[in-house]
Amino acid sequence: MKVGSVYTEKRTAGKGREQAVPERLGGTDFTGVAEGPKFKALMSRKKKFIVPLTVFFLAFYFMLPILTSYTNVLEQPAIGDISWAWLYATAQFIMTWVLCIVYVKKFHKFDSEAEDIVETELKGDHRP
Amino acid sequence: MSTTVIILFLSIVMLTLFITWWAAKRTTNAGEFYTAGGGLTGWQNGLAIAGDYLSAASFLGIAGMIALFGFDGFFYSIGFLIAYLVVMFLVAEPLRNLGKYTLADMINSRFDAKKVRAAAALSTITIVIFYMIAQLVGAGALIQLLFGIDYWIAVLIVGVMMTVYVLFGGMTATSWVQIVKAVLLMIGTVVIAFLVFAKFDFSIGNMFSEVKNATSYGESFLQPGLKYKVPLDTISLMLALVLGTAGLPHILMRFFTVKDAKTARSSVVTATWIVGIFYILTIFLGFGAAAFVGHDAVIAANPAGNMAAPLLAEALGGDFLMSFVSAVAFATILAVVAGLVLTGASAFAHDIYGQIIKKGKATEKQQMKAARQASLWVSVFSILLALFAQTMNVAFLVSLAFCVAASANLPVILYTIYWKKFNTSGAMTAMILGLVSALVLVAVSPNVLSPEAGAAIFVGEPLFPLTNPAIISVPLGFLGGWLGTVLSKERDARRFAEVSVRANTGYRGE
Repeated sequence: MKVGSVYTEKRTAGKGREQAVPERLGGTDFTGVAEGPKFKALMSRKKKFIVPLTVFFLAFYFMLPILTSYTNVLEQPAIGDISWAWLYATAQFIMTWVLCIVYVKKFHKFDSEAEDIVETELKGDHRP
Repeated sequence: MSTTVIILFLSIVMLTLFITWWAAKRTTNAGEFYTAGGGLTGWQNGLAIAGDYLSAASFLGIAGMIALFGFDGFFYSIGFLIAYLVVMFLVAEPLRNLGKYTLADMINSRFDAKKVRAAAALSTITIVIFYMIAQLVGAGALIQLLFGIDYWIAVLIVGVMMTVYVLFGGMTATSWVQIVKAVLLMIGTVVIAFLVFAKFDFSIGNMFSEVKNATSYGESFLQPGLKYKVPLDTISLMLALVLGTAGLPHILMRFFTVKDAKTARSSVVTATWIVGIFYILTIFLGFGAAAFVGHDAVIAANPAGNMAAPLLAEALGGDFLMSFVSAVAFATILAVVAGLVLTGASAFAHDIYGQIIKKGKATEKQQMKAARQASLWVSVFSILLALFAQTMNVAFLVSLAFCVAASANLPVILYTIYWKKFNTSGAMTAMILGLVSALVLVAVSPNVLSPEAGAAIFVGEPLFPLTNPAIISVPLGFLGGWLGTVLSKERDARRFAEVSVRANTGYRGE
């Protein structure tokens, strides 16, 4: 945790004003970092989180126009005059907000892993 | 034109000019001009994203479509919102970590080829022009209706305002105009939705039953299928909406105004809440207009339904509320077109002039001069196009812009971040195939060619049956990127390692 906080401090020290991104970072051994165990573990955790959820929300999303275009199932009344189509549509809004919250929680954990990689493998003396 | 309208209208003009004056003092270098120095907080940028995104097409267009077509109008709201999940899960953070001022900067973090930057700039400019014509023509028609002034004067007022914001205040002025607009728009929408809900005794069930009886469509108003009768066309439109946002250059550019990926993330969260609440409220606006203004009155004011929200405001709160909503609509348009001018200018001045012609060696002074000149020319060109396009039916241009963004930009963005083998020829084929297929298919679609005179731009038999080509052009963009890559031997694993590490850690070198 200490490592992470030092990093954050350095980052915010410049208040984010005009941080130029260099075109290429010549001296850094990116291949080494990319193939290192820490980065690989981070990437695989990110993938395990992002891929299934992206497939899920896209599938859930496209089911609506598919169901309304090719079937009548969503036209059945659910509550009074409100049909299932409206409930399905509302569910998509709730899904969006829930996934947003889940994403932030999950990526908050990834942040400290990423900061650790920057501190231990990318900064200063770790360059070849 | 009532006094209230004039006072509210002038207040918005004064407030935004004050913002511009304040921003102009800070806008002294290219970084300030294009990204407000990267100093916005997550909250500010989230509001600005919402302000950039919720265009007149959303506020006036969707309210009108729900008023006229019930459930089918709501399809847009769903697509426009879920799109933020694509932005959040796949694009926002890597984009922030890799880019500097423009989308092309981000793609060129992997490629040195000037042609890749040129292609990215070209697709940015194409999207900006389509979006801009749609906004300006809509704005002209709207202001003409609201204030009773001539179309050309209306376009000129909006055009001059947007030019002033960007020319003097750059991204700082643009961002704050968008923030103010987002707040005003939410206030206006919440107030109207509340009044509508009160009229239905705060009961959703009542609202649905009463709206069903208020329209001549009856039961089918509440069911899908009133507007979209061709299944593939509906799915194609939904595809363009959900994938387009993550490729819209003026939205993506907003992510460069924050300091790091974490702040980019919190901006998407803020934007998603605001945009989501707004789109939920479009149901109340649309249903309110259907019940208290009526189908025929909405059509009579504007065949596309764009006057539904202002007319509803008048029915609920009289002259004052209508004036307020009209002023909000005006602010809405200003905020969106300012963002578009800035984005178009960045493609010309930063990508084409600064990086391609000057090879990245332009001095700070030259960059600022180019940025300001480009803003001026983009504005003048857009105003001229909008003046000539007055009589054209341009409503489809917004969904076309989404389609080009989804077909030409998104495949390249995703491949750049996630695909190790991706290379220069893959980037070129993806962008060109996505862009050209979207444009060609629209040019021969029912939007442009219709056997019925006046229904489209030209009279003729459409060669492509769908109004939105995304279902063909998006896969073509992805396929083009894949084919171009595997057919070329060029590989740069080291460069991908660099992009991947930087995209996921935010490391920029110390």
